[in-house]
Amino acid sequence: MRWPWIATLAAAASIAAAEPAAAERLIASLSNRHVMITSNYTGVELVLFGSVERDAASAARTNPYDIVATVIGPRETLRVRHSQRVLGIWVNTAARTFVDPPSYLAVLANRPLDLIASAENRRKLQLGLTDTPLPELINNDIGEVTNDPFRGALVRLMAERGLYSEEANAITFLTPTLFRASIKLPALVPVGDYTVDVKLFADGNMIGHTALLFEIVKVGFEQFVVEAARDHGLLYGFATAGMALLTGWIASVAFRRD
Amino acid sequence: MQIYLPIADIPVNIFLLLAMGLAVGFISGMFGIGGGFLMTPLLIFIGVQPAVAVASVTTHVAASSFSGAIAYWRRRALDFTLALTLLAGGIVGSAGGVALFTWLRALDQLDLMIGLSYVTLLTIVGVLMVGESARAIIRSRQGKPVELRRPGSHAWFHGLPLKLRFKRSKVYVSAIPVLAIGFIIGFLGAVMGIGGGFLLVPMLIYLLRVPTMTVIGTSMVLTFLTMVSASVLHAVTNHLVDAVLALILMVGGVIGAQFGAHAGQRIRGEWLRLFLGLLVLAVGMRFAFQLVIRPDDLYSIRLVGGGP
Repeated sequence: MRWPWIATLAAAASIAAAEPAAAERLIASLSNRHVMITSNYTGVELVLFGSVERDAASAARTNPYDIVATVIGPRETLRVRHSQRVLGIWVNTAARTFVDPPSYLAVLANRPLDLIASAENRRKLQLGLTDTPLPELINNDIGEVTNDPFRGALVRLMAERGLYSEEANAITFLTPTLFRASIKLPALVPVGDYTVDVKLFADGNMIGHTALLFEIVKVGFEQFVVEAARDHGLLYGFATAGMALLTGWIASVAFRRD
Repeated sequence: MQIYLPIADIPVNIFLLLAMGLAVGFISGMFGIGGGFLMTPLLIFIGVQPAVAVASVTTHVAASSFSGAIAYWRRRALDFTLALTLLAGGIVGSAGGVALFTWLRALDQLDLMIGLSYVTLLTIVGVLMVGESARAIIRSRQGKPVELRRPGSHAWFHGLPLKLRFKRSKVYVSAIPVLAIGFIIGFLGAVMGIGGGFLLVPMLIYLLRVPTMTVIGTSMVLTFLTMVSASVLHAVTNHLVDAVLALILMVGGVIGAQFGAHAGQRIRGEWLRLFLGLLVLAVGMRFAFQLVIRPDDLYSIRLVGGGP
């Protein structure tokens, strides 16, 4: 099931290797690598910052650098359903299963992607929402469907929840080589491991890339509740039932009026 | 003030949840229903996943009906024998309902079937209750005596064997229809994710001719027993009971239920049945509306699996 991403990495690596031995080095980091979910969590904003290091061997650049950062959250299988009116009521008449699409996908760039790289390059590098592969399950086979309304619906519905986004002005160059961006994680984002793939472009070609990781975890009381519910179901069930009895009894005593 | 729900995985306003608990608790205490058929749609509306909403509401309803049952027990307005007989049928019904639920989910049409069941049941029950209680109110306005119990008008099932005397309710009836009603409530409760109080109350009143005052307390006891076991079952099988969500709802719910129980004692039986009938009808209409109007987006997403 994971083969498309192995292919992606291989493709990205081969393109990077094919570049001339330009000595620019891309260095990037995140403001926080462990996002903690506590009882007052309502979403968070991470800061991505980095710089392009040049040395004497670096090729002279006449045009400024471009940066595209792709944030990918944990993968989960989703079913997209389409409803139609049947005998006056709306019924799900068709559905497609998307195999392991990211639960969170944000593409951040310093200017529109079509100005940064050619259509062919974007497709090869899987740059941007339209060129990100979202394979579907078709008759026990897994593959991409071009011009698929279900794919469009998936991207649109996820974007409405703030989970999929593509922002052409999210990355700011503070100096010609120093950049920063903010990654907005809405409250709905699932817990798990996230990757940030930062790509450096010059004159329409990728000349370097680096990958960063961060994780969203539950801590303290939230973590305790989740673990108790998952690992000790029966005990947790009796505890919640006991809580219900106690609450009901306290209320009937506290509000006794006769 | 926002609070993060650990199992539902979303932040919600704690005061909104408390207010929802109070309002639904008041209604549940007044009519002797669990309120699940009101609370579950409300939670889904504010963004809680349907599965977590159904599982957590069972815990909330357990607390709310327990405090209500105590209030009715103090007034001696409940029938324990009747509740336990109903429960015996209910346990068998629940097992059958869970089997149907699993089968429907495999067909990918569970949401539609739940919607259709809600519309059908709530509309029929609502119309019957409103019609009956309106007639009773008109009769009492015209000065005629309220015909709540008609000793002569026995239906065929009153003649069945295995007669039991339910002293508190002052009814003498075969155990077979009582067990059957318990079975239906348990079956529908498991399929639709509801306690079934709004069905049980009219069934006991109209079919078994149990007086309105003991009906409510008895329904509370049955709801409490089924919801406590459902809550433990949900925790063991699906791990989807959100203790934080349930606690906030039940704190609001038990307080509301107390006031509701007091209010319910002061209102005349036929008016109480009219209000409950209108409420049931309104929820049924809302579900019907949802099935008929064109959705905002013809596409929808369902999480199948994977992830953490």
